[in-house]
Amino acid sequence: MDMKSLYLLIALSPLVGSVIAGLFGWAIGRRAAHVVTILGVAVSAVLSIGVLKGFLDGSTQVFNAPVYTWLTVGGFEFSVGFLVDSLTAMMLVVVTSVSLMVHIYTIGYMHEDPGYQRFFSYISLFTFSMLMLVMSNNFIQLFFGWEAVGLVSYLLIGFWFKRPTAIFANLKAFLVNRVGDFGFLLGIGLVLAYFGGSLNYSDVFAAAPALASKTIQIIPGVEWSLLTVTCILLFIGAMGKSAQFPLHVWLPDSMEGPTPISALIHAATMVTAGIFMVSRMSPLFEMSDTALNVVMVAGSITALFMGFLGVVQNDIKRVVAYSTLSQLGYMTVALGASAYSVAMFHVMTHAFFKALLFLGAGSVIMGMHHDQDMRNMGGLRKYMPITWITSLLGSLALIGTPFFSGFYSKDSIILAVENSNLAASGFAYFAVIAGVFVTAFYSFRMYFLVFHGKERWMENHAHHEHHGDHDDEEPSDDHHHGLGPNDKPHESPWVVTLPLALLAIPSVLIGFFAIHPLVGGEFFKGVIYTNLEAHPGLEAAMHHAHDAMAMGLHAFVTLPFWLAAAGVALAWFFYMKAPHIPAAIKQKFSGVHTLLENKYYMDELYFAVFAKGSRALGTFFWKVGDMLLIDGLLVNGSARLVGSVSRAVRKLQTGFIYSYAAVMIIGVLVLMTYWFKPLILR
Amino acid sequence: MSFQAVVFYVLSLILIVAAFRVVTAKNPVHAALYLVLAFFTASGHWLLLQAEFLAIALVLVYVGAVMVLFLFVVMMLDINIEKLREGFWQNFPLAGTVALVMVAEMVLILSSPEANLAGFKAGAAVAADASNVRELGRQLYTVYLLPFEAAAVVLLVAMVAAIGITMRKRADSKYINPAEQVRVRRNDRVRVVQVQAVKPEADTASDTNEQQA
Amino acid sequence: MLSLTHFLVLAGILFAISVLGIFLNRKNLIILLMAIELMLLAVNYNFIAFSHYLSDTAGQIFVFFILTVAAAESAIGLAILVVLFRKLDSINVEDLGSLKG
Repeated sequence: MDMKSLYLLIALSPLVGSVIAGLFGWAIGRRAAHVVTILGVAVSAVLSIGVLKGFLDGSTQVFNAPVYTWLTVGGFEFSVGFLVDSLTAMMLVVVTSVSLMVHIYTIGYMHEDPGYQRFFSYISLFTFSMLMLVMSNNFIQLFFGWEAVGLVSYLLIGFWFKRPTAIFANLKAFLVNRVGDFGFLLGIGLVLAYFGGSLNYSDVFAAAPALASKTIQIIPGVEWSLLTVTCILLFIGAMGKSAQFPLHVWLPDSMEGPTPISALIHAATMVTAGIFMVSRMSPLFEMSDTALNVVMVAGSITALFMGFLGVVQNDIKRVVAYSTLSQLGYMTVALGASAYSVAMFHVMTHAFFKALLFLGAGSVIMGMHHDQDMRNMGGLRKYMPITWITSLLGSLALIGTPFFSGFYSKDSIILAVENSNLAASGFAYFAVIAGVFVTAFYSFRMYFLVFHGKERWMENHAHHEHHGDHDDEEPSDDHHHGLGPNDKPHESPWVVTLPLALLAIPSVLIGFFAIHPLVGGEFFKGVIYTNLEAHPGLEAAMHHAHDAMAMGLHAFVTLPFWLAAAGVALAWFFYMKAPHIPAAIKQKFSGVHTLLENKYYMDELYFAVFAKGSRALGTFFWKVGDMLLIDGLLVNGSARLVGSVSRAVRKLQTGFIYSYAAVMIIGVLVLMTYWFKPLILR
Repeated sequence: MSFQAVVFYVLSLILIVAAFRVVTAKNPVHAALYLVLAFFTASGHWLLLQAEFLAIALVLVYVGAVMVLFLFVVMMLDINIEKLREGFWQNFPLAGTVALVMVAEMVLILSSPEANLAGFKAGAAVAADASNVRELGRQLYTVYLLPFEAAAVVLLVAMVAAIGITMRKRADSKYINPAEQVRVRRNDRVRVVQVQAVKPEADTASDTNEQQA
Repeated sequence: MLSLTHFLVLAGILFAISVLGIFLNRKNLIILLMAIELMLLAVNYNFIAFSHYLSDTAGQIFVFFILTVAAAESAIGLAILVVLFRKLDSINVEDLGSLKG
């Protein structure tokens, strides 16, 4: 089999599964639906691993060729094409393997849901879209994949479409992403306009160096560097998709969707599309320090301040969601420091341990009969041992415990930022270092609240309305509301625990083995481009990456490790030893607490400014543009004009023949006078 | 002043007075009669212009047929003259102005040297035995044959239309529809009735049967 | 000596008089028809005069056709008049507004 058919098979087999499960799910039943979709994704996963292996041992060459010409407009040709290099190969493995785990997990999680086949169809469709995104060799296909994953995300956030909150959340996600896509599309437009008229990556990158000093005028008289404008616009797209401040507001609400998709789409894969895209565009971003500074600032704000929000959340999924936001901020900071390979490394490790955490949270939610409030949990360690141990491993990886995967990627980021020479690197360094502490604190706050301490579900089922953030009033058979008085939490079935175990392995180990090739080695050579002389941040990370063991041992004398340890200790002290202290702090600093509870009032701000603003704008256009100008002036106005003219002209038309005859005769007279003017006026 | 000029001016005067009376006469019958007079004088003028056939045709066709038709209609209808004469002179200022301006302009145009009407001299005097009728007939039946036939059709159509418009169906008039007569079938007219012979008393009944047999 | 101008001016006066008649008799349909006959007569004058002064009989042929059409026109006009009178008991032009045009 040649490479082209192989890659086509990788991309299309989830689509086939999705189509079968989606269109014929009613006929083939639940079992066949999950079998066929899992089969499709498994084929992709196995082949992807083969491709990655080929790149690791150097036996596979970079594949860059069009597959199919989609359409030709004038001189522009929009084609579907594949660019498969080491970056793509890594993403392929991450996407397909996490997707496969989530597929298996879903069998257990969605067991009772009436939309079973639909769900499988959606997640397979998502896998296909994501594969198209990462395998693209041109901007148009990238944009297609970008929008397709956004669409599936919309569909899945609103999967339980009977809940008003879910519909609100998916609409919000869709609209916020449109803002980002607007910038992205403008960026693509600039690329098309200035970079040699081609949208293929290779052509654009080849044209970029010649345009380094080119400026354009968007506001007349103000010269802006073309590359900076292009990169910032493209990054705005990444901000929307990867939920960077200030376009992050949709991600926490997206937790309205079922947990498996929170793990797959809103933690492991789709939200990293922005990171992937910027890494892909590294030859462009490297040429604009301004754009890199913007990237770094956005990432730092997200990394630190979204972490704070995780501290006050009580919904188990929301804690993980805010940690996702924070980790995405880390990746973005790494991009800003030109450490694209480190960012991709973190994408990979994060995909595994965050998927693990989410699936673990889902397992807990199942065990608690769909109660998501951590205040009603506690002591679950005894009842859900596999979930407990895997979640612990995931949390350790997340906070950066030495030798765990998260440690290698996060420490590489910190190293890269520390040694970056950009203007924003000081702030970014503070943000990522402080973020380590915050991350450790909220992760273990969650861990202790859920798995240790008193078993609170007995006492708390009295106030039922507090479970989770969604108080769905409508009766739905797919959702129980917490444990009954005599129920006990139970461990989930094997289809749930197997993916947990399978994800725990890479969460723990993959950093140790992958850091050398990915960060220090040659794996991304020729794919990701970093100008080490201009942006030396990566050099330190590369230096340390050569010896994973030494790096792990060295960590015990560095600041991040002790900060993380302090965070864990503080969490233990607050939530195990002295639970009254957090309450006291909450009392004392109620202002700060309220600010955090309300997510810095970002939603309210957006509602007040953008939602109300666009409504006001719409009302203005409706009232003035539509009703006054178009309806009033053009439509009714022309009718009124015709009417009044007719009323005047009607007087001429008496209906009496002699009037017409008189007018005709006088007209003849006038014409005669006019024609024979020279004869008459001699 | 030549004889022809005298005739022309006298006839012109009569024509103008007659035409004026046509449009101002109170009684439509008088108006029609003045119109007859106007046509007669016009016929005289046309004779001056050596259009003998048309002059005769004007008298025969117009005076003899069309004007008689006019008179016939006017006399047949019971017209309320008073009502029609209401505000008769009301429009005279406007109408008079228009007419005067029209005449003044015509005179100016026609007498203008640029119009060069003086350049048109009367054609060579025709021979005494030259026949205007012969000449017109020759042209009508050769060059203008097709328009001539078309004119005949126009007259026929006008005749049919005039009859068609004015004809009214009387409720009590009896007429037959030939199409229905042609279409008629035996069953429409004849009904075969099977008459059951009345059965009398037994003895007479046998007699009757024998007689018939 | 009579010239073309004499006849044309006479025709013009005749035409103007019939215009005057149309203005004056704006209610009387039958006089309107007569005024139209007068107008046609004025036109015929022009044709015959030109025919004479150009020595071309085509003008006379044209008058012949005009007479034909005028006869047809007055026949139909009078027929309509008669029907109208039967319907409305009037030949007043103002009563013709039944169509509410």
